[in-house]
Amino acid sequence: MSTVLEEKAPAPQAGRPEVINDFSIHVATANGSGSQSSNNILMRSIFQMGIPVSGKNLFPSNIQGLPTWFTIRTSGEGFIARRRDVGVLICMNPETAQEDVRTVHPGAAVIYEESLKLDGTRGDVHFYPVPFSKLVLELVQDGKLRRLAVNMIYVGVAAWLLGIDMEEIHKAVIKQFRGKEKAVEINWAAIRGGYDWAAKNLTKADPFRLERMNATEGKIIIDGNAAAAIGAMMAGVSVVAWYPITPSSSLAESLIDYCRVHRIDPETGKPTFAIIQAEDELAAAGMVLGAGWAGARAMTTTSGPGISLMSEFTGLGYYAEVPAVIVDVQRVGPSTGLPTRTMQGDILSTYYLSHGDCRHVLLFPGSVTECYLLAQDAFDLAERLQTPVFLMTDLDLGMNNWMADPFTYPEKPLDRGKVIRTEEQLKEHIARFGEFGRYADVDGDGIPWRTLPGEIDHPVAAYFTRGSGHTERATYSERPDDYQRNMDRLALKFETARRYVPGPVVEGDGRAPVAVIAYGSSDFAVQEARHLLRRKGLPTDYLRLRALPFTPDVAGFVAAHDRVYVVDQNRDGQMFDLLRLEVGADAARLRSIRHYDGFPLDAETVIEGIEAGEKP
Amino acid sequence: MSSVAEPKAPATNRAGLTIKEYGGLKSTLCVGCGHDVITRQITQALYDMGVAPHRVAKFSGIGCSSKTTAYFADRGHGFNAVHGRMPAVATGAALANASLLNLGVSGDGDTASIGAGQFVHLLRRNVPMIYIVENNGVYGLTKGQFSATADVGSKLKTGVVNDLPAIDLCAMAIQLGCGYVARSFSGDMKQLLALIKGAIAHRGTSMLDVISPCVTFNNHEDSTKSYKWAKDHEIQIQEIGFVPYFDEITVDYDPGTTQDVLLHDGSHIRLRKLREDFDPTDKRKAFGLLQDAQEKGEFLTGLIYVEPTKKDFVSLLGMHETALATMPDEKLRPGAEALGKIMESLK
Repeated sequence: MSTVLEEKAPAPQAGRPEVINDFSIHVATANGSGSQSSNNILMRSIFQMGIPVSGKNLFPSNIQGLPTWFTIRTSGEGFIARRRDVGVLICMNPETAQEDVRTVHPGAAVIYEESLKLDGTRGDVHFYPVPFSKLVLELVQDGKLRRLAVNMIYVGVAAWLLGIDMEEIHKAVIKQFRGKEKAVEINWAAIRGGYDWAAKNLTKADPFRLERMNATEGKIIIDGNAAAAIGAMMAGVSVVAWYPITPSSSLAESLIDYCRVHRIDPETGKPTFAIIQAEDELAAAGMVLGAGWAGARAMTTTSGPGISLMSEFTGLGYYAEVPAVIVDVQRVGPSTGLPTRTMQGDILSTYYLSHGDCRHVLLFPGSVTECYLLAQDAFDLAERLQTPVFLMTDLDLGMNNWMADPFTYPEKPLDRGKVIRTEEQLKEHIARFGEFGRYADVDGDGIPWRTLPGEIDHPVAAYFTRGSGHTERATYSERPDDYQRNMDRLALKFETARRYVPGPVVEGDGRAPVAVIAYGSSDFAVQEARHLLRRKGLPTDYLRLRALPFTPDVAGFVAAHDRVYVVDQNRDGQMFDLLRLEVGADAARLRSIRHYDGFPLDAETVIEGIEAGEKP
Repeated sequence: MSSVAEPKAPATNRAGLTIKEYGGLKSTLCVGCGHDVITRQITQALYDMGVAPHRVAKFSGIGCSSKTTAYFADRGHGFNAVHGRMPAVATGAALANASLLNLGVSGDGDTASIGAGQFVHLLRRNVPMIYIVENNGVYGLTKGQFSATADVGSKLKTGVVNDLPAIDLCAMAIQLGCGYVARSFSGDMKQLLALIKGAIAHRGTSMLDVISPCVTFNNHEDSTKSYKWAKDHEIQIQEIGFVPYFDEITVDYDPGTTQDVLLHDGSHIRLRKLREDFDPTDKRKAFGLLQDAQEKGEFLTGLIYVEPTKKDFVSLLGMHETALATMPDEKLRPGAEALGKIMESLK
């Protein structure tokens, strides 16, 4: 059979160089067919070979049957954003096989189930037909396991084709099926069988090859949701209320898993946390406000549709000044369609969430490491500023696997903000300021002091928490001057927030005429795009936003460049709009690059956007 | 020789506090509003039970009823939530600090319509709190629209007739597993006071559906939530006595006609039966009673269902004795070794 193939497949072009460690592998399967383990093993074994790698699951909103793609990006230079062009395609889904083959770039390698007879469909790619359905009968005795184990065979075939070290694959299998000896044995046999079959029957004709290097030693692989969960746990989160929603559910679930191990009080054996699945996102937000008001570090995790439902409570949290952490793992929405695809879609709606004069602190982690770090900052900021703080990630960052250095232990103690905890402190406060007013700005930063329910037995310790209308002493008031004074103080507090939020990360020498502003998961593609543009002779400066409100240096950066390209993963350029409002006359310097097809951003999109704008 | 009489020291309770120290702001509700009567009974019950007022956490939603938490126990913190969402806020606070006495006041709009979803889940979880519904069948603050507890055939002042069946909050609460379910009437102060004290002594959600006539919008003769209608039609299912845990127990009651229920904190509720065969610890009988009352159009009041040993949400979760809200930071942040282990597993 391989002879037939060789006749049809084009011979490698004479003198065409091999492509080593820098391509993407695209695995097309049907959802629920059990390919996840195989893909993890593939990715992990490449990682163990020391090659920088990332894995993305492009999946449908479905339990079983609809097409799903897993892409693995390898990059010797360490760029792990999505690549638009596919180097190696593994076709396991008959439903999409024709289309999958049609869309790969010329020169790609295509591994496919022999019976699909794809080799006639194109003449410019390298076809490797494999009799997966026959092989699985030989390699897997238990009929019930064959549907899953067939996916292991392609791991073996790919290992042979690309030169993945089988020893690393074996280690990855053991890690994947930790402690399940039988599973290790069955899956390893299927992989081995695939490898041996390929070695015997295929002839390598494509240029893609993996070569051991030393760029991943000591690194971890983690998804952003798990990273944020670890961050929240280390930040001392104690009350979590959440409602299941893709793509944020795994954050709460990871948090449960980690807390069950690491947040049990050794003295009593009791948990130092409560994680509650709420009846909906409205309730989740209410529970978080109740817990934050009572003094706990409270958090909820959701996505766009949940953010909408939390709108009213968020406004109350803003006006009543209650700390809360809300994680928004953004996705495309609303309702059905692309709920399992990524988007930076909630920037404007979350910044201004709720009615009245509301605006909120938003944090934008640009990597899994920052998911860990900014999750911790979110709790400190929420308590310091006494307001809801949003951690804005997205599906790409939250649910996909990323390589990172191991997270370091937090150095700073928790910042619990301005809380009067004892009667002595209260008496001192009164002696110093004349009285305790829950909403009085005694420090000039707009941030008042608070007490916690049940802590201090004193006639003025308690206060009544209301929405928009109250005096500095938290008594009911509808007086125009009381309302306006309070709104002005809240505005001052928001100005204070600019001093506390994490500032942007600026790269470049500051002298390039062209600059890029991006945020969140766009960083991976922007880094790669800047690298490629530099090679083409177009150096760029770069500012990566990490928070709203903007810190003062953002406007300065814009003013210092002729043309500033703002990268948004949404149709309307939501951050672009906010920047235009922020920088005044310098808005003319801003250009907008918008990516909004549901797939993660890739470097080419950024390059195309900048090159189009830079055309003379 | 003249003498000036020493001013008589005001009475104090077992905590050494006067009833004034359980007070709050002056009510801004309509003169004669049933809600103010309930506020007085809440204040009295907290005083009689010797509850430390700063340990009371008060919750409410939106509506006339929800304003009332400002009118008592102002040494305790209060949280006026958004419409229908008080249960979630109270649940969060209870998780953060389970040692407080959580007391929520809501209305029929806040509970049976916009807040029905959260009310259901509060009961299902059995969150430790007292939940009082000041039920008048109308929306007062928005000037007199029907609520979901208005009876079929009840008429608004404007002549509009309610065609939809009323939601029976007590039946709903029992079905959802609430362990302390009562119905009362703001005009029946003695019964109401005993029921609130029982609720303070109970651990878990206690739901009191208190008919509280709206003197402005729903007190006319075609209303079944008017003061006169309730007064004329109220049928007590028991006479309720309350023996607090700190009083000596006396045994001078007749077990044949009186039922004694031991509550969580050691207090007893003494029920002198006025309906033969009715037993509020029997769920089927409680449902049967409510079903009969609905069919006959009766207005029954009393302790409808009680299950004093039912586990509350905080106990079910096996929570720490130290409140999460006040737990020292060292207990909240795992050590470097824990992080190291996690990182190792991800390599």
